[in-house]
Amino acid sequence: MKKIIEIKNLSVHYGQTEALKDVSFAIEQGDFIGLAGPNGAGKTTLIKAILGLLPITKGKVELFGQVKEKFSDWGKIGYLPQKFATINTLFPATVNEVIMLGLLSQKKFPKRMTTGDQNKVNSILKELDIIGLKKRMVLELSGGQQQRVLLARALVSNPEVLIFDEPSTALDPKSRKDFFQYIQKLNQEKGVTIILITHDTGYIGNYANKLLYIDRSLVFFGKISEFCPPGKNHQYFEKSDEHIIWHQHN
Amino acid sequence: MEIFNILSYSFIQRAFIAGSFVAVTCSVLGLFLVLRKMSLIGDGLSHVSFGAIALGLFFGIYPFYVAIPIVMLASLLILKISEKAKVYGDAAIGIVSVIGIASGVILASVSKGFNVDLFSYLFGNILAISMIEVVLSVLLSVIVLTVVYFFYWDLFSITYDEEYAKVIGIKPTIINNVLTLLTAVTVVLSVKMVGIMLVSALLILPVVTALQFGNSFNKTLIVGSIVSLFSVLLGICFSFFLDIPTGATIVMANALFFCLALLYKKVAYVSKSVLL
Repeated sequence: MKKIIEIKNLSVHYGQTEALKDVSFAIEQGDFIGLAGPNGAGKTTLIKAILGLLPITKGKVELFGQVKEKFSDWGKIGYLPQKFATINTLFPATVNEVIMLGLLSQKKFPKRMTTGDQNKVNSILKELDIIGLKKRMVLELSGGQQQRVLLARALVSNPEVLIFDEPSTALDPKSRKDFFQYIQKLNQEKGVTIILITHDTGYIGNYANKLLYIDRSLVFFGKISEFCPPGKNHQYFEKSDEHIIWHQHN
Repeated sequence: MEIFNILSYSFIQRAFIAGSFVAVTCSVLGLFLVLRKMSLIGDGLSHVSFGAIALGLFFGIYPFYVAIPIVMLASLLILKISEKAKVYGDAAIGIVSVIGIASGVILASVSKGFNVDLFSYLFGNILAISMIEVVLSVLLSVIVLTVVYFFYWDLFSITYDEEYAKVIGIKPTIINNVLTLLTAVTVVLSVKMVGIMLVSALLILPVVTALQFGNSFNKTLIVGSIVSLFSVLLGICFSFFLDIPTGATIVMANALFFCLALLYKKVAYVSKSVLL
């Protein structure tokens, strides 16, 4: 299988604090990775380092066989942040305008939108069943609707990899199930590689084929079914938790 | 009709032409600045232009020729200070702004000969605009608007969500530099119109008025430009008929549109509540 993302001896610091230490792993095409770990373990830091949002102290990130610094085909990677946390709440943008942003990575200067681009936006809006929201202002939407808009923005460039940062926090149980089924379909039918940050190692086991567990350094990377057999990871989990997690995955 | 008679005056024609271009340019750039919470950069750069104009007058050079490059450099300095010196953006604006004012005051004190000229720039007077200033205003406004047109999606992207902009390969540092350089040019152009003291009004007021109505980014941009244009044209007319300062009248026209927008929004909200 082709390696889509390869991380070699990655370390990241925030000032004097070591957020990630010597992390190495490789993600192959078609993988569905659950990225888990306790609070402050460096999950979001790892994603941001992969996406070039944070400077790396040591090590290397390779995307589609190219070192990150030389990689330019960002349209191959779709990113869905945790929520609209970084976004100005007074911004008068429509759903249509926000989803257009997802196409910018494929554009050369000067970036202009075409009828073909509008058709792509319309098509993804229909696929996600939010065509009725097209002209609505994003700031007026509910948390679940905003999440779908972010998903549409991530998908509109037809990416080969999708990276999600705790995507289900704003969703009710039914929407969460629909969301996971949808991305599982993308993974299985279109071969889209998925990396998804989650706290719920039990729930992700229903969908992901591999688990990446970090706690500032790599704790586990492999098949879900091999994660946390009793007696192996006492330093990370209480004995009872370890037992429950193992049963959830098997 | 007296309103049409004033159009026969060449100084009014010049004021209308230059004012229209600068008004639209201010509003377009102002939308990005207001949404990026950089509104007061206009204020800071106008203070720098005070020092730069004083420098021009001191050496007997046409003030705009000195002010444009100096204010552009100052705009980049603000960005560098806030990036590298662990200083918040508003504090960086403050630092550069006070240095600009202080330089102007010292130069005015040392020269003792151009105080009247210098202080005329504090409050501006678009009715006294020369033909060369009209050409300069139109030309630079067209350049600024053309650059905005070419960088529209990059500017929109970093204004909306800078982190996501980085993910899709946009370089925020370059786009921020472009935005502040364009702002620097626009601020210098606006000084002649409303004066150093009131420049930021042209960048902020039409935008906050348009934000009351805007139901998309594009429409907000258009509404802001229309409000700005009408404010300048009305301001020029009223100042002529009432014989009051033009710059201040333009700002008050902008403020009036803002109050009307707030009132409209309130009435629309109450009407909607009653109907429901």
